[in-house]
Amino acid sequence: MNGAGLRAAGLVLPLAAFIAVTFALPLGTMLVRSVYDPTVAEAMPETLTRLGEWDGAGMPDEVVYSRAAAELARATEQGTLGQVASRINRVRSGLRSLLVRTPRQLRDSPAGPRREALLAIDERWGDPETWHAIRTAGDPLTARHYLHALDLDRARDGSIVQRPAEERVYLRLFARTFAVGLAVTVLCMLLGYPIAYLIAHASARNARWLLAFVLVPFWTSLLVRTTSWIVLLQTQGVVNDLLVTVGLVADDGRLALVHNMTGTLVAMTHILLPFMVLPLYSVMRGIPSRQMAAAASLGAGFFQAFRRVYWPQTVPGVGAGSLLVFILAIGYYITPALVGGQSGQLISNFIAYHMQTSLNWGLAGALGGILLASVAALYVVYDRVVGVEGIRLG
Amino acid sequence: MRARRGASVGALAVVALAAGCGGEARESLTAVSWGGSYARAVTLGYIEPFMAETGIEVRLEDYNGGLAQVRAQVESGSVHWDVVDLEIADAVSGCDEGLLERIDPGMLSPAPDGTPAVDDFLPETLLECSVGTLFYSTVYAYNDERVPGEKPATIEDFFDLERFPGRRGMRRTPVVNLEFALMADGVPVEAVYDVLDAPEGVERAFRKLDTVKDQVVWWEAGAQPPQMLADGEVVMTTAYNGRIFNAQVLEGQPLVIVWDGQVLDTGQLGIVAGTPNLEAALAFVRFATSARSMAAVSGYIAYSPVRGSGLPLVGTHVETGVDMNPHMPTHPDNGARVLTNDWLWWSDHMDAMNERFSAWLAE
Repeated sequence: MNGAGLRAAGLVLPLAAFIAVTFALPLGTMLVRSVYDPTVAEAMPETLTRLGEWDGAGMPDEVVYSRAAAELARATEQGTLGQVASRINRVRSGLRSLLVRTPRQLRDSPAGPRREALLAIDERWGDPETWHAIRTAGDPLTARHYLHALDLDRARDGSIVQRPAEERVYLRLFARTFAVGLAVTVLCMLLGYPIAYLIAHASARNARWLLAFVLVPFWTSLLVRTTSWIVLLQTQGVVNDLLVTVGLVADDGRLALVHNMTGTLVAMTHILLPFMVLPLYSVMRGIPSRQMAAAASLGAGFFQAFRRVYWPQTVPGVGAGSLLVFILAIGYYITPALVGGQSGQLISNFIAYHMQTSLNWGLAGALGGILLASVAALYVVYDRVVGVEGIRLG
Repeated sequence: MRARRGASVGALAVVALAAGCGGEARESLTAVSWGGSYARAVTLGYIEPFMAETGIEVRLEDYNGGLAQVRAQVESGSVHWDVVDLEIADAVSGCDEGLLERIDPGMLSPAPDGTPAVDDFLPETLLECSVGTLFYSTVYAYNDERVPGEKPATIEDFFDLERFPGRRGMRRTPVVNLEFALMADGVPVEAVYDVLDAPEGVERAFRKLDTVKDQVVWWEAGAQPPQMLADGEVVMTTAYNGRIFNAQVLEGQPLVIVWDGQVLDTGQLGIVAGTPNLEAALAFVRFATSARSMAAVSGYIAYSPVRGSGLPLVGTHVETGVDMNPHMPTHPDNGARVLTNDWLWWSDHMDAMNERFSAWLAE
């Protein structure tokens, strides 16, 4: 590499490092967590080795019990028992307290075979399901978070089956998330196209003003815009008050406009609108307004001229805007959390729930991984159909 | 010139050092609690007296429960919360996961008559890593003005949309709601958790919740239910009894508590593992969990002491002079059916129930 090349590489280095640390690294960590969790494997290696030889039908042998007793006691001393128990509890709900209290109770139990001692503490130690759960949780490299994220489960014989109906959450949420993303994209497109047209073909002075109307909200805090929508849309809010005053709605029949899907759609469309308007504006500005006049002079009506002359030239802007709005919409979190109520929650709200509340980072990673994969797939499709090089953002 | 500058830099350093020492001398703690009228009660009940007695400054922050922030602080090694007011299920799992310091019950203050703390605290209120501070209860309440005629009186009535039509408020969580549903479905108090242990029992609870689902407005913060009742957003709502008491007594709202089927919980104080202010935090916990402090809190909000010696100290409301005893969740007249929240059951089943609950909400 020559000197200029080195200098250029040196200039890019800070950015590359920044991206690696703030983007690639956390993303990679979460993706690794979604398939890899050594907590149980590290705490109970001997037990798991012996469990590997167990036929899975009856009770495991005494060696398994004595190793489990010893390794649970060690985990207590090292303070890792709680984490081990919560991992196993996720595979089979109800085992957490059993695992946490077992070492304490074993300390007081008489010497002798550990199997009898454990069975005396709780009959669930004799249940093959308990040992299956430990074996499953002890597999450090696992696809179970991805299966869980797709409402699937692995049956005893290793085949993949659907979860029971009352436990299926995530597929429905993914479907809802994509439907909301699509609806917001279409709404932004319908609202944004005329606005962008107006700005692109207005006089320079008017265009500045109109652009300011798009940009000022864009620069306003997301939280401010979202909470303003709550003020406007709530039952006792401005919109309902207005409708009641005008007489369109009875005072006791006020509309539920927020904390449901309506609120989510309205607020998200408003917040994402600039991402549609700006790319459209940038391609429209490049289209001379005389083209429409020329088409008209050649005998085309407005719609024909629009369809055959104007529209085709704006397709890259429409594509770029739609892609941007859709991708931002399916990852949206704050707005649905605040105005979504129960029917307006999206997959990202559940990722946040598993990150912050249930602390099941493996599942959060898997849900995020699926979202990431679908965005990547969308990008590839877009590139094939429209071409990424046509994207212009401003 | 050079020497002078050196001298002035030195002087500056001394001043800075002295200022630093001054800061050290006035120790400070960050306590985290639940906000609203409850935070006001603990501030007046024991935080201000603690600051006056020890000179340690206590900053109070609000949160809405959960262990996420505690876990983040412990795992990143930058602990800036010292003492946290916890729900019992979080206190248990926080302890299991090593997020909380162990607290030796021997260091707690004895009862006024000298009884050691371990004998003075009521059963199941002292845990390995946290100390009980009060009993609170989840009840349901209604706005008297908006329920004309017959008034609801039992937990069954909360689920009875025919006799008592109108929207219901419930906390957006399976906790307590499953218990309410089962009791209203005819399960005796002592059998509630046995029934929940079987999948059919969980199913039964959700089917009961189904009957009111489309009328439910979900709340998250404890301050919301009294507001929802005052605004007429709901006809009745589940709520923490102390919040309703404050709306009744301080704001004169015509709210009525239905004690039947109440679910009793204990609030817990825990210390975040690895806090740099461990000594001060322990002193704070010792102070806050004395019988006197507990009784002082119940002079501002209707939550009962969890120490035998604290109960007789409960007197009147400090600002209004109302006798607090009949408003205590533990008062014998309050409810034929009182269920004590089984935190062990919840620490086992929280994740599964939350998922089930989310699936049910999305149905």
